[in-house]
Amino acid sequence: MNDRSRDIGTFIPGADDDMIICRCEEITKGEIRRAVHDGMFTIAEVRRMLRCGMGLCQGQTCARLVKGIVAAELGVRGTELESASARSPMRPIEMRVLGRDQ
Amino acid sequence: MKKTADVIVVGGGAIGNATAYNLAKNGVDVLVLEADEVVGNGGSSRNGGGVRQSGRDPRELPLAIYGIQHIWPNLKDELGMDVEYHREGNLRLGRTEAHRAILNGLTDRAVECGLDVRMVEGDEAREICPYLSDAVLCASWCATDGHANPMLTTLAFYRAARRLGAVYHSGAKVTEIKKQKGRARQVVTEDGDVYEADVIVLAAGYGSRAIANTVGLEVPMHTQLMEVIVTEGVAPMFWQMLGTADADFYGHQSDHGSFVFGITGGYEDFSTAVRPVSSSIAASSACRVILGYFPILENLKIVRSWAGWIDVTADHVPVFGPVEEVPGLILVCGFSGHGFGICPTAGLLLSELAQGQTPTLPVDAFRYDRFKAPA
Repeated sequence: MNDRSRDIGTFIPGADDDMIICRCEEITKGEIRRAVHDGMFTIAEVRRMLRCGMGLCQGQTCARLVKGIVAAELGVRGTELESASARSPMRPIEMRVLGRDQ
Repeated sequence: MKKTADVIVVGGGAIGNATAYNLAKNGVDVLVLEADEVVGNGGSSRNGGGVRQSGRDPRELPLAIYGIQHIWPNLKDELGMDVEYHREGNLRLGRTEAHRAILNGLTDRAVECGLDVRMVEGDEAREICPYLSDAVLCASWCATDGHANPMLTTLAFYRAARRLGAVYHSGAKVTEIKKQKGRARQVVTEDGDVYEADVIVLAAGYGSRAIANTVGLEVPMHTQLMEVIVTEGVAPMFWQMLGTADADFYGHQSDHGSFVFGITGGYEDFSTAVRPVSSSIAASSACRVILGYFPILENLKIVRSWAGWIDVTADHVPVFGPVEEVPGLILVCGFSGHGFGICPTAGLLLSELAQGQTPTLPVDAFRYDRFKAPA
């Protein structure tokens, strides 16, 4: 059970908050940290709110970084956080090509 | 840790969050119990984002109209988050005379309900949406339909409810409701935690069924798989919501620029998956269908696919309202795939019911005991 009202401290702006973490969707570290303080306690919620990991690479670049930031903000270990679901296809594929599979 | 509240909402999806938000806004002490670790991880984040009136059962229509007139236009400001609502109309497309007959029937029924829907010929449809294939013969057109972002809407209600003081426990799977002196009073979770409230709103999607069973209630419903494919983002092309006479795909372009298409592989009713997972055939089949209507999208890349469950009742209309046999319990489930568009209205009505007020719109048509044995 995860009490979403538990105290995770107040949001303190950081010097590197403008650093881009998700390059595909251009989401910064500060946006991710703020989302956690807005109650987004899981990777899935952060992703659905900010779109980090939803771009062309589907999080293959930033997933670990996002998890580290969320874990640090919550004061838990990264291994305690469930990763976002991997979604097919593995690589972006044109609709005309995908449509050939019968 | 909080174990008591005026109102406990079971289920932190779009409906539960909208209810909690409206209650918290009225100063009601509200606690939300979400079974999953993730808030809004059921159908609330796994739907096509339609905010439609057309194609609805007449019983649901007043809720849809109320939301589109009174809630959706201001929701962005009310919740402090852009939920990407667009009221730019819904085109339901047809390519054959058989399609035209289906669309004519749908349109006639909607007009009978007082809705501003009409049939348009292919050329007029292409004036509304210039990217349509020349093969489109006709369409039904409802100018006041639209779409929004379901993930953002669900989380916006959650965030706003929390800011107003609603308490959330996730990973708190409710297994049982217990009565005291004839009233629903306690909520028991899998971990053995016991919560207490004066009013319990059971809004747990398909999960509501097993929980309702513990106080002797049964709703005839089942789950159905639904699948979606998402494209890469491109410059804005059109904002209409799309559907087809055959219901073989629906979708829209999101603010992000990606297209989100609800799809079907034809075997949704036979899924044996424990978790909702994308099938191997639906995406390819849907690409062929979509390109038949929008050949211009042929080089657009699919970046992602996902799936979800729809909780479908026997008559495809939700169960919604207080339960006489179990005072203190309000049951809400079975939105049958049309819940997202009416979730803001449902949240308002449920909060009114939970406070013992007369709801803004009547909910009698959604009674839990309307399912009778054949005469």
